[in-house]
Amino acid sequence: MTLLAIRDLRVEYTTVRGTVAAIPELSLEIGAGEAFGLVGESGCGKSTLIMAIMGYLGRNGAVARGQILFEGRDLVTTDSETLRRLRGGRIAIVYQEPATALNPSMTIGRQLMEVPRAHGVRAPAEARERAARALADVHLPDPESVMRRYPHQLSGGQKQRVVIAMALLANPALLLLDEPTTGLDVTVEAVVLDLLNELRQKYGTALFYISHNLGVIAQVCERIGVMYAGRLVEEAPAAALFARPRHPYTRGLLASLPRPGADKRSAPLVPIPGVVPGAGGAPESCGFVTRCAHARPGICDLRPVPMLAAAPGHGVRCARWAELPAPPPVAAPSLTNRPVLGDGTVVMAAHDLSRVFPMGKRQLVANDRLEMEAQRGHVLALVGESGSGKTTFAKVLAGLDVASGGSLRVLDADVARRPVRRRGAAEVAAVQMVFQNPDGTLNPSHPVGWPLARSLRKFGIARGRRDIEARVAGLLEMVRLPPSVRHALPRQLSGGQKQRIAIARAFAGNPQLLIADEPVSALDVSVQAAVINLLLRIQAEHQTTLVFISHDLGLVRYIADEVVVMYLGQVMESGPVAALFDPPYHPYTEALLSAVPVPDPTIRSARIRLAGEIPSPLNVPKGCRFATRCPRKLGPMCDETPPPRRAAGPGHRIHCHIPLDDLRMVEPVFRGAS
Amino acid sequence: MSGLLVSAAESAGRPRPGLLRRLPRSGVAMVGLALVLFWVVLALLAPVLPLADPNAQDYLAMAHPGSSAKHWLGVDPLGRDMLSRLIWGGRTVLAVAPTAVLAAYAAGIAMGLLAGYYRGWVDVAISRISDVILSFPVVVLYVILIANIGPSALNIVVAVVLASAPGIARIVRGLTLSLIHQEFVAAAYLRRETDLFVMLIEVLPNCRAPLITDFCLRLGYTTITIGTLGFLGLGLPPPAPDWGGMVKQATSMITVFPHMALYPAIAIVTLILGFNLLADGLTELSQAD
Amino acid sequence: MTRYILRRTLEMLVTLLVASFLVFVVTEFSPGNVARKTLGAFALQEQVDLLYKKLHLNDPLLVRYVRWVGVLTGIEADPLQDPALGLGFKDPRRARYFGNFGYSTLYKAPVNDVLWDRLGNTALLAGLAFAVIVPLSLVLGVLAGMRAGSVLDRALSTLAIVMTSIPEYALGVLLVAVFVVALGVLPGTSPLDPNAGWSIAAQLVLPVSVLALYDAGYVARIVRASMAEVMARPFVRTAVLKGLPRRQVIVNHALRNALIAPFTVILLQINWLIGGVVVTELVFAYPGFGRMLLDASLFGDVALIEAATLVALFVATATQLLSDVGYRVLDPQARR
Repeated sequence: MTLLAIRDLRVEYTTVRGTVAAIPELSLEIGAGEAFGLVGESGCGKSTLIMAIMGYLGRNGAVARGQILFEGRDLVTTDSETLRRLRGGRIAIVYQEPATALNPSMTIGRQLMEVPRAHGVRAPAEARERAARALADVHLPDPESVMRRYPHQLSGGQKQRVVIAMALLANPALLLLDEPTTGLDVTVEAVVLDLLNELRQKYGTALFYISHNLGVIAQVCERIGVMYAGRLVEEAPAAALFARPRHPYTRGLLASLPRPGADKRSAPLVPIPGVVPGAGGAPESCGFVTRCAHARPGICDLRPVPMLAAAPGHGVRCARWAELPAPPPVAAPSLTNRPVLGDGTVVMAAHDLSRVFPMGKRQLVANDRLEMEAQRGHVLALVGESGSGKTTFAKVLAGLDVASGGSLRVLDADVARRPVRRRGAAEVAAVQMVFQNPDGTLNPSHPVGWPLARSLRKFGIARGRRDIEARVAGLLEMVRLPPSVRHALPRQLSGGQKQRIAIARAFAGNPQLLIADEPVSALDVSVQAAVINLLLRIQAEHQTTLVFISHDLGLVRYIADEVVVMYLGQVMESGPVAALFDPPYHPYTEALLSAVPVPDPTIRSARIRLAGEIPSPLNVPKGCRFATRCPRKLGPMCDETPPPRRAAGPGHRIHCHIPLDDLRMVEPVFRGAS
Repeated sequence: MSGLLVSAAESAGRPRPGLLRRLPRSGVAMVGLALVLFWVVLALLAPVLPLADPNAQDYLAMAHPGSSAKHWLGVDPLGRDMLSRLIWGGRTVLAVAPTAVLAAYAAGIAMGLLAGYYRGWVDVAISRISDVILSFPVVVLYVILIANIGPSALNIVVAVVLASAPGIARIVRGLTLSLIHQEFVAAAYLRRETDLFVMLIEVLPNCRAPLITDFCLRLGYTTITIGTLGFLGLGLPPPAPDWGGMVKQATSMITVFPHMALYPAIAIVTLILGFNLLADGLTELSQAD
Repeated sequence: MTRYILRRTLEMLVTLLVASFLVFVVTEFSPGNVARKTLGAFALQEQVDLLYKKLHLNDPLLVRYVRWVGVLTGIEADPLQDPALGLGFKDPRRARYFGNFGYSTLYKAPVNDVLWDRLGNTALLAGLAFAVIVPLSLVLGVLAGMRAGSVLDRALSTLAIVMTSIPEYALGVLLVAVFVVALGVLPGTSPLDPNAGWSIAAQLVLPVSVLALYDAGYVARIVRASMAEVMARPFVRTAVLKGLPRRQVIVNHALRNALIAPFTVILLQINWLIGGVVVTELVFAYPGFGRMLLDASLFGDVALIEAATLVALFVATATQLLSDVGYRVLDPQARR
């Protein structure tokens, strides 16, 4: 039975520059109890669609045409009182940022109780009881105490559970989910996704899940739509979509992602050229035509393409879908014989390195006795949840912070206690950094060529205007940007382009060691691959050592030579990438791997889940740091005694009380993957 | 990988011109600008316009001080031409107010940058001094200052700097505190830039938008202040034409000749309104993105 | 919370101490002035020199400041009231007592006899103005900010800008021109004298309006900005999309959060009002604190200037303290 039917919907926004169609034309249907996923990159109109369903487009937005039929009633034309009763009653929504979705000055209890009170429950006592039950439903311990608290007294994961509880309170028929796990740690994300699956089974609620993350969608949804520039370009059952993607854009998205088993040398990522268009920025014909490798003039750029049936239940909006060559099968080489660059010189070595921030009487332990090293030309990946101390280490390494103890040898000098101000020009040039946030990485007031020229001058690499200009052009060429771009201001560039400038800037001083702190996590999927490819190519050419910080284990597995797994300021496990992704695992590594949402519904990871969230670094557990959340905890020993460091293979170390032989018995997380 | 090469046309998103260049998009700002420019043009042209001497007394006109062919807006209680005094008075305000505000900005920006950048004891010292000054009711501060150091254009500038710099410092400090955590500042350290460079070249240019708005608002306040001081008898020493002083001089005769007080009051209001509308339009523009 | 209040109170006292020293520096920087101003313009130079010596005015500034604090706290007698000087300055209270602000040379009376009545009159004026400002600005601001960008918003915002663009003295002139000169329905002066031909209430209408309108425009703009900002916040969307009626969204969710920021601003208006009363009292010949301060400043009545400024500072810093504490009560995030 059809629950929601969207027919020929057109949503427009009025701006100073005229009317923009955020959604030019869109139709889709969702059945009762079905889980439908909608994938798309930023600006493709996903959120607009959700807000159109909710009738909340703001002052300048409006449905220009079409119907949104919910249980047979058109939401576009319905009166405001009916709409009010549907909102939060029959249709509920879970938001992207739980922190801002809750009222900061009202207790959780009151915010929850408002829902039943707005939907027919008169007695406060009953509303209260329902609120408590909803909190218990989302597995929040001690609902009574949570109800008395304010949002800022809860963690991010807890807030998202509260928002889910609020959405489910009136037992809606349709739950809209707007990137509900974006911004949460992978381990928390995995638990929230489990919770959604569980609640859906329990209440039979239909899900309309929108996300940019194909992995998350693959884990939750039965049917998937792919959205590009405000249009649905492909629609299919989940298994069919991942097994036989038909639309070039869908294929492009999948090829941009490192799939399990893929390797940076044998199966490079294939990026989609160009940038994601803004609302109304795509042509009225096939919207993807400007970025499509298969586009043919005269066929693709004339008129909008209707949804064509490629198979039963599998629609594709591509005029040439039948002629497209089948995508090459993904090779699955073993990680063990991946060729490794370099001559074995150790470029960076941390020994007993600590960073402790005194906070009054207490101490914040950000890095605790770190041990790691990186060789010339290698990629060393640091992984762990937020709060594990990865960024603190990166800052100490770059000289933006100083260690409080231990040594950190870079090339031949100990820089642990020397910030950039106390390092020589050559030492500073040798260690450079690419930052996470493309919007913060370039000064908005200066043209993008300016920091490049400035670096060249400060490091004494180029002198004189001519020389500098030539070198700036060379750097831009290296990151595949035209020389004219140097006069542009940062706001004129896309996120991917800004990250390229940041890479060029880091390479201006010919660094020996490059730190990349989540360099692509803020970018659209289709441009991530291009930036990763670029970074790896330059790194290989220059034999630079790359310290790559990421929470994305799929990506880490793809690019790293060695991996260090960190938790609460300490190293849990370290070793070559091949060793890390197979047993024996540290239980934390195992949990991280289990949490990875794999963009392939046929791969179900063996699941272990972490309870709770990372403890405060002000109050670290006495024994093993991970003991409070470890699903394989042995007993009081884990709480009392720091774990031994065990050698599990060449260069592979695990810090755990569990005997290695027991860890070897653990089932691999990805069955049949590598 | 040639597909990665992005053409410049494709790469450059829609360029967004700077705040001041987008000014024509705001109707409010344009009305404000028109009001301000009206007075600026009159003030600039004052020496060449066929105006009476603003200090010359026309005893004959005092019998009938209202509008006449000779004195379009009439004369003041001392028989001086109102129109001429209004225009010359505008010249005074438009010279003193921007000078005072600019000087206050120089001091406030320096204080705010230092406090926000170095934090620690520098911040504590600057913030405490600011707190003490800001705890004075503004007019009280002006009154005791000017009454003791004497009324003159220079002393008005000194008083405005003293009273306004802490507020400007507070804004700049707040902006600096958030900007120095931006990654482009870390990138500047990674090429060994000095503290001064980071403050002036990396941080300060990004304070532009909020400061431009604040500047317009402060011009409005300062115009009010100068008028108020004139009205309290602490403005420019006579006989210099001074709008606030003109209102004050005429209040005793307001029941008989209301125009003498009304015209300068209207002049002040239009100029202040101009500055305020300009500030409001700028705020609206900077929030529109 | 108690510790916070104690800490802030201590900070306030330090601020008062430093500020009073600054005032002392400004008013008594040139000691010759002090003696001259005390005796008046017609005194002979020998008299001035004699007083100068007797008052130990050649002592360093800091020493003289400590002496002034000594008089204020009742540790020392006011040297000006020493009968040996023959000035005839006499305080019926005693020679030394806590809170002795000295002797006003302008009014020829102890400061304590001059100050408090006028302060009472001003408190009446400012209190009434405040009672108008708060509801007026809240209504204007909330109505405008509720639907940012609407016609109502534009109309009210423009009104508020116009209100803040008319300084008190100009507004005074405009209102007098209309209500006194043209219509003749209100008095142009407010001496608070019941025999002046108009009732006290009628005498208060114009001064209160002048004070209130100017500030209300300013506060209304702050409230409007805060309300518009809150209405655009995601939690308001949450409230709408969970099916709450619009009234409930505005009252329970938007208002509470939107009023946190203006609360501070509204209390700080008391600081502005103190300034405003100086001008307003001058316009309407109102026998209040502001006009007294102005007269004292113009005359050079050192003791009265210092006392009045200290009182103004006390009111200003006390409201600052009150607003900081109130902010922590209102905002659960600041309470921690």
